[in-house]
Amino acid sequence: MTKITGNEFFVKALQEEGVEHIFAYPGACVIEIFDEIYKQTQFDLILPRHEQGLIHAAEGYARSTGKPGVCLVTSGPGATNLVTGIADANLDSVPLVCFTGQVATGLIGNDTFQEVDIVGITRNISKYSIMVRDRAELNTAIKEAFYIATTGRPGPVLVDLPKDVMAEIGSDIYPEKVNLRGYKPNTKIHDRQISKAINMIYKAKRPMFLLGGGVKIARAVKDMTALMEKSEIPVVTTIMGKGSVPTNSPLYYGNVGMHGCYAANNGVNSCDLLISIGTRFNDRITGKLGTFATEAKIIHIDIDTASISKNVTVDVPLVGDAGEAIRKMLKAAEERGACETGKWRKQLEEWQIAEPLQQEEKEKLVPKQIIDAINELYDEPIVTTDVGQNQMWTTQFFEIYGRRQLITSGGLGTMGYGLPSSIGVAIGNPGRDVISISGDGGFQMNSQELATAVSEGLPITACIFNNGYLGMVRQWQDLFYNKSYAGTCLLRRKGRECDVNLRKGTKHCNGRKAECYPYIPDFVKLAESYGAQGIRVTKKEEIAEAFAKAKAKKDGPTVIEFMIQDEELVFPMIKPGGPITDLITGM
Amino acid sequence: MNKTDNDMKRRWLSLFVENRIGVLARVSGLLSGKSYNIHSLTVGETENPEVSRMTVCLDADDRTYEQITKQFNRSVEVIKVIDFTNLSIRTKEVMFIKVSGLNDRGRAELFQMAQAFKFRIKDMDSDSVLVEAVRTEIKNDSILNAIRSRFTNLEVVRGGPVAIESISMQDR
Ligand SMILES: Cc1ncc(C[n+]2csc(CCOP(=O)(O)OP(=O)(O)O)c2C)c(N)n1
Ligand SMILES: [Mg+2]
Repeated sequence: MTKITGNEFFVKALQEEGVEHIFAYPGACVIEIFDEIYKQTQFDLILPRHEQGLIHAAEGYARSTGKPGVCLVTSGPGATNLVTGIADANLDSVPLVCFTGQVATGLIGNDTFQEVDIVGITRNISKYSIMVRDRAELNTAIKEAFYIATTGRPGPVLVDLPKDVMAEIGSDIYPEKVNLRGYKPNTKIHDRQISKAINMIYKAKRPMFLLGGGVKIARAVKDMTALMEKSEIPVVTTIMGKGSVPTNSPLYYGNVGMHGCYAANNGVNSCDLLISIGTRFNDRITGKLGTFATEAKIIHIDIDTASISKNVTVDVPLVGDAGEAIRKMLKAAEERGACETGKWRKQLEEWQIAEPLQQEEKEKLVPKQIIDAINELYDEPIVTTDVGQNQMWTTQFFEIYGRRQLITSGGLGTMGYGLPSSIGVAIGNPGRDVISISGDGGFQMNSQELATAVSEGLPITACIFNNGYLGMVRQWQDLFYNKSYAGTCLLRRKGRECDVNLRKGTKHCNGRKAECYPYIPDFVKLAESYGAQGIRVTKKEEIAEAFAKAKAKKDGPTVIEFMIQDEELVFPMIKPGGPITDLITGM
Repeated sequence: MNKTDNDMKRRWLSLFVENRIGVLARVSGLLSGKSYNIHSLTVGETENPEVSRMTVCLDADDRTYEQITKQFNRSVEVIKVIDFTNLSIRTKEVMFIKVSGLNDRGRAELFQMAQAFKFRIKDMDSDSVLVEAVRTEIKNDSILNAIRSRFTNLEVVRGGPVAIESISMQDR
């Protein structure tokens, strides 16, 4: 054993973990770590332009590759800028290891320059967070951080690194094993419980799979697809679960939840057995609690005990790895054959025909036209979304099969997620087509990351659905708040008619007018100012050409601003807090 | 399906946790962050200096309680969770009461009460008396009520109950 500094050990530990990229932003408390990173070539350092963009990039990287995303930021503001991303990763079970610099231990508690209690701040929004107080603890702390982040239900782990601890000399040995007496994730599926579940499946008349994000996290899409096909049990998904089986399968009936489709929501409410895997039955899925899946017995498979029976009472709980459970069910299905679901599926199909997911063509572009084009023009894109209407349309219309992926901020619903996460995706998946879809509001929350994409030469296609509004909030105002459009127009300018009206007490902006200022900002110019390709699309006929140009640009990002029908709404919609059968269809 | 349990009752949990900075904050933060209302929480080192033990006492319905224990179980800092609710346990709580503004009659009465209610007089001066009661929480409640009914000028400090699994005799 040779003795090395904490800073030197940090680099060694990351190399031992096989880290290939670190998303890092410098500052006084991490400058020495940067200095060590500079001396090596095993992993590279990506410099995003804001720590929020940084952590979303790490999330995109982690979700698309299954490997942990690694962040390194300085103390104080560097650390607090991570907070939104940590909460996001926590709710969506994304493995992240976040290293934060910290002032020297002797100064902690003094309100030292750039000192914040980041461990305290993140304690309730991370899987685990810890300060390394002693050089002797550093080696195991890093090992444990990677272990905790990536095992069980994955999540973000924060490791706070005081400057003096990192400067100290200590062991250079990276531990091989962890010994955490308080953390022993259970992956093994209980045999008796699974047999019970399988028996229920073969007794059910109207069984249905409800799949959440956990199936993809468990990398069990192939086995799940085989299980669906062998058992002939219909499948619905949450938005996080979309893509757990190919969406073009005849046994797939779409998303459930607030903007889920009629057949899927009706299906959940009419099935007599719901086999849900890797979802916590969040309120956006269930609608009003107590009205969800009222006719069904529920089998719930989840790696996280605390997710079971949290929101919905479950008949057969199964704690463990979704992949293992799926493979056990698959084995049974191979032996016992298909369930008799013909009549049940016919019912679902009738609902599908009665209320298909659709969107009428309008004067301007409608989002479905754009997403249909992506479906057609790209083979295996990885699509990230922002939050709002743009996200819901994408999760409704994007078809996922083969190696296609959809990456979206489901649990926290973080605006500003789309562009930076796509950067992490592109870094982790060179050669793949990467597309981000954002609203004009959310794009502006992290538009600085265009610089990162340009610097790294990433051929991302960043789509902006520009409706001039904070569309999703405006939709709620439109439907439930008497069309009082408070604070949802992104184009309002002082002195113009809408502003004058507002002052006179006429509360409505009454929609887009000729005199409205068309761009705040002009996204094409914004793109160009970063050295990215900028394209504006206003007509359906221009869509394919724009994507062709984007594909042709191999050495950097393209921003395509789609001027969409500005008052378009997302349908169907369940009234917030209402039962999921109470669907507003908009027709 | 989706039955709403209305079975609020007093629950007891014994947690074995890492004896480290921040662990108390983690445990109490977990309870407050999820809006679980705790009745009391005590903590102290065990026979192993690396491990602390917490006694958590709270009122919850079955479903909430199940969530709470699961949340504790999955916390890295929590080594082991024992549900004391239905086990035979021995509990004690330390309570101090300082009674001031006493005259001779009042003091004499307090000394009598000490005999009857089994608490101790630990300190005094010309007009105040310090009472110490190390009993179960419920008995401490009775002691406090009794003193409160006779005296007005009180200062009360309670430690919250600590609990251990009993060997043969329950005392809660
Ligand atoms: C950081 C953050 N702030 C606020 C919200 C609330 N919110 C949800 S959707 C939305 C509007 C999004 O507008 P835009 O990005 O233009 O997308 P659109 O709905 O128009 O497609 C808002 C403000 C949020 N989800 N995240
Ligand atoms: Mg918008």
